[in-house]
Amino acid sequence: MTAWLYVALIVAATAAADVLQSREMKDHGAIHESGPSALARALSALARRGYLILAVCFMAVSFFAFLKLLELADFTFAVPATAASYVVETLLARFVLKEHVGGRRWAGTLLVAVGVALLAV
Amino acid sequence: MPDQHSRPLAAKTRLMVAFVVLSNAFGNFFMGWGVKHQPPTSGLLGPVLSLFNPWVALGVTLLILWMLSRMTLLSWADLSYVLPVTSLGYVVSAILGHVFLNEYISPQRWAGTLLIVAGTALVGLTAPNSTARKDAA
Repeated sequence: MTAWLYVALIVAATAAADVLQSREMKDHGAIHESGPSALARALSALARRGYLILAVCFMAVSFFAFLKLLELADFTFAVPATAASYVVETLLARFVLKEHVGGRRWAGTLLVAVGVALLAV
Repeated sequence: MPDQHSRPLAAKTRLMVAFVVLSNAFGNFFMGWGVKHQPPTSGLLGPVLSLFNPWVALGVTLLILWMLSRMTLLSWADLSYVLPVTSLGYVVSAILGHVFLNEYISPQRWAGTLLIVAGTALVGLTAPNSTARKDAA
């Protein structure tokens, strides 16, 4: 039962991290320049975005929760269970980020989620 | 209308997807290789000392590049596009493990790999960006 609680925590934290990161990057705008000075400018602009910092915190929660899950359960359980995050994040992308998720993208996402689940067998 | 029909952006996006996938797979691989081939460390300083191992340092550098390139990719493309297409990293990791670490890949894992490739191909056929966004630096 505890393992499932960690799975729920990992899926929720990963989804929160990715949705916040995507929202902030959309809001920041497309980064086209490259090179050290452009990178430094982009990083200093991004470091001032509160939700992006929150996203990094959620990534850390997800990482440490995954390490804990690996202590409690086998790798063969941990990877397939967390593949559920693909479906949850696509739903959030559709309804929170208002992305257009058509039939082809849904079908591809479901194939990937099942594929990731099979990888740990 | 957002730039979903922009061919140069689509080409650049696919190139960045390849970079994100490879930097993640090779970053994890080098880090794992370095940790497995170093003398055993103990105590709280163990993970810190691992950073001075050249393979671990190379892995960490690649993972930092992975995070920055994924953020750049998210500034151009939808999350619902980036997630499935970058899952190709699982496939590259499995191939690296099979070729360099002689890891066994079961028929089920090959089936999973094929499903990921098929899913990625399907999502790759859609326009990377479906939302309006401005240009930044």
